Parts: sequence; structure tokens; C-alpha cells
Amino acid sequence: MSSLSVNHLLGIKYITKADIELILDTAKNFKEVINRPIKKVPSLRDITVANLFFENSTRTKLSFELAQKRLSADVVNFAASSSSVKKGETLVDTVNNILAMKVDMVVMRHSSPGAAVFLAKKVKAKIINAGDGAHEHPTQALLDAFSIQDKLGNLKGKKVVIVGDILHSRVALSNIFCLQKLGAEVMVCGPQTLIPKHIESLGVKVELNLRKALEWCDVANMLRIQLERQDIKFFPSLREYTMLYGLDMNLLQSLSKKILIMHPGPINRGIEISSEVADSDQSIILEQVENGVAVRMAVMFLLAGRIN
Amino acid sequence: MKPKIILEGEQLEVTITRLCHQLIEVHDQFQNSVIIGLQPRGIYLSKRIHQKLCAILKNKNIKLGELDTTFFRDDFRRKELIPNKTNIDFIIEEQNVVLIDDVLFTGRTIRAGLDAMLAFGRPKDVELLVLIDRRFSRHLPIQAKYIGKTIDSIESQKVKVEWQETEGKDRVTLLTDKD
Repeated sequence: MSSLSVNHLLGIKYITKADIELILDTAKNFKEVINRPIKKVPSLRDITVANLFFENSTRTKLSFELAQKRLSADVVNFAASSSSVKKGETLVDTVNNILAMKVDMVVMRHSSPGAAVFLAKKVKAKIINAGDGAHEHPTQALLDAFSIQDKLGNLKGKKVVIVGDILHSRVALSNIFCLQKLGAEVMVCGPQTLIPKHIESLGVKVELNLRKALEWCDVANMLRIQLERQDIKFFPSLREYTMLYGLDMNLLQSLSKKILIMHPGPINRGIEISSEVADSDQSIILEQVENGVAVRMAVMFLLAGRIN
Repeated sequence: MKPKIILEGEQLEVTITRLCHQLIEVHDQFQNSVIIGLQPRGIYLSKRIHQKLCAILKNKNIKLGELDTTFFRDDFRRKELIPNKTNIDFIIEEQNVVLIDDVLFTGRTIRAGLDAMLAFGRPKDVELLVLIDRRFSRHLPIQAKYIGKTIDSIESQKVKVEWQETEGKDRVTLLTDKD
């Protein structure tokens, strides 16, 4: 198969295993491209992409923008804080105004879950979801899968634990869908208050004890505690969270096997992960960032192939 | 109608040997020359030629790379394209490059290849070697310097190149729509 089954990347839930494999295979070629002396290819030279960030982002926005530039696309950036959204314009109006300027593809981050799905129904451009509330963050899940595959080979049968704030995490949900579609086993681990009710119905294991979870897994994906999304207290103190769910070198070295450590960033050093672990040879955090550009290039290249 | 066989077996072997000797005439020991096969189908010919050159020249240091042109093509979004691997672990700066493909048809792949190649440096000189030249069908002013065999064909026909390594036999056939 050489093309995606969808016109937009709204979430991992909406794409097939074959789509994921196609994106990861294409990303391998782009990883080689971005390691060349000249890192640019002209594939998207006639495409204009708008990056609409209604919510703050540093690395995702930078990663998308670099990916777009390496594909030779024209890029326009939009930050909600300095726009007419403040003057009361609706999302559809904002986007339609931008599309009237002949934009072919929209990369959007929004605080409302389902914003990308809503937009895809209303506008003509190809939509890429760069995070919608606590719903999905598909490109992060794809780059995580790519990074694991790069280190450990085929994901089938691999055991991945996602640790931390599962309740507020779009990364967790997209990762669960993506890893399961690729045949991996997924476990979530964190304080009971940060594990969504009925998450077992997605086919994931739940473990409240970090050591047990780490003993079980091949890969641990440590999530950040999203204090900005927590309007009530979910645990007594950060210090207590770190004692129970923080990963430090003592714990890592006491495990019976070497596991891979991942983190979608931004890292809160000393809270969910200690500095020594984040910088250790088992950590692939910076490789995730590098792979992010390749994966996003692959996604935009494949979606652009569907523009008529 | 049976597909027309253009080259096969020993005849194909003789052609490849001749191409190698033509290359040696120009490139001597390949001290400043590199070979680059174009993905997806040119790489088999480039491997054969590389193997034979190494044997004739008793020189195992001839550089061989594989170049994918997908991201540089001008027909992206006009048809489905599948990227392949680029594998060039050397710089082509100031080198004589022999670009190799199996069939030269419209010249668009070669155009993309010339562009894609520049990511690895500025070559001193670029030559094109093809096994089959479908003359009178070019869309661009591109010609090969080394040609296995020139054929006359119409646009609806297809040239199929099979290799021992992938299809189990060495054969070049000309297919018409009905085949």
C-alpha cells in the first residue's frame, strides 16, 4: 500500500495499522534525508501549510515547522494569543479566513477535545491534529512508536508502560491506540486518581506500583504531571508523587533488565524523572525529538499526496 | 501475442561486460569516480556493474551508492509514489559520477536524480548509463552516454527488466497493453 486511507490525521483512533506502518516506513526515509549535509527536499514546494496553535507549544510547533521547511512548504504561523480569536471570532471563521488565502494544510493544536475532528468536517484543507485537549496527539504517538521500533525492532509483543498523569494526557491515549494497533502490550501506571475510570476497557493493564510496572515492561514512557490541567488536587504533594512515581537511578539500576526510557517532554527534572535517568544511556528522549521531525515530514508528505 | 524479448541470459551478460569496459576506458581505476544506482530498479544493474568492475580491475574500493528520487520528482500528487532507501555513505564533491538506471524513457527520473544527488555535494562530472534506451520518447533534454541497447517503442508499451536476484532470471522484455 502506498497511500493513506484517510484525508486528515485527526487521531490514531481513525487510522489503520497499515496507515501507521506506511507512516513509519516513510519516516525512515525522511530520517535519512535529515541526516544529509543538505537536509531539504522539494516535495511540498507548491503547498502552503498553516500552523494554528490555540494552545501553547514549543517543541511540537518547532518540530512541525522544521518538518515543513525541510519539505520546502510555505509556512504561515498563527498564535491564538495575538489573533482575532481574542476579538470573538469563531474557530471555523478564523480557519476559513486563513484558507481563503489558499492554504492547503492546517496543523492545529486546540484545548478542546474534538476540535480537529470538528474542523475537518467544516473546511476543505487537510487537517493534522497537533493535540486537542486531553483527547489525542497522534504525531507524538507515531514518533514514540517509531523511536521504539528504531531501538527494539518490530513492536509486536513488546511491553510498554505509560507512567504518570494518564487522566489529562492526550499522549497516553494516542500511544495506547498506536501501540495496540502495532501489536504491543500496554500498561498504565500512576496514582489511582490520575488513572481514568474504565481504562481497562481499552485493553490496557493497570498497575499502581511503579516498581512492578517497570519490572514488567521493555519500555517506560514517563509523562509529565500536567499541573496546568489540574483544577483540583489529585495527590497530596509533588514530593509525595516523586517518592512514589518518580524514576531515579537507584530504581532503574535495581531492575532485573535494561529498559528503554522515553518522555514526550517537556521534562520536569526531579519530579517524574531524575536528571541522571533523563541523561542516561537508557534514555532516548533526544532521539524522540529527532525522530519527531522525520515522522511529521512523513505525515505531511503522505497527506499532501492526497491533495487533488 | 508473445512479449518480445529484447535481451536475456548470455546476451545480457555480454552487454553488461561491454558497458563495464566502456566505463574503464573513461574512468581508469575509478580513483576519482563513483557509481550511483537509481532506486528502485536501477540498483540491480548498478550492483552487477560494480561487481564486474571490481572483478575486472581487481579493485574492491570502487564506491557504490543507491539514490532514491521520490522526494525530488515532479509527478508527486499525479501518481502514487513509494519512497525507497537512499544509501550513499560518501560525498560526491569533485567526483565523476556514473548514474545508473535500467530504462531511460521520459528522462524525468534522471532529472529528479540529478537534483537529489546534489544533497551529497557538487560532482565534477555526471554521466548516465542505462541498459535500455527508449529513444524518441524523451520529455526532457537528457541522453545517456553508455547504452546497453536502444529500442523503438510507443508510449503504451512497457519495458520489463528482470534480474536473477529478484525474479529468478535475467531478461528484458517489451510488453504491449495486451500482455
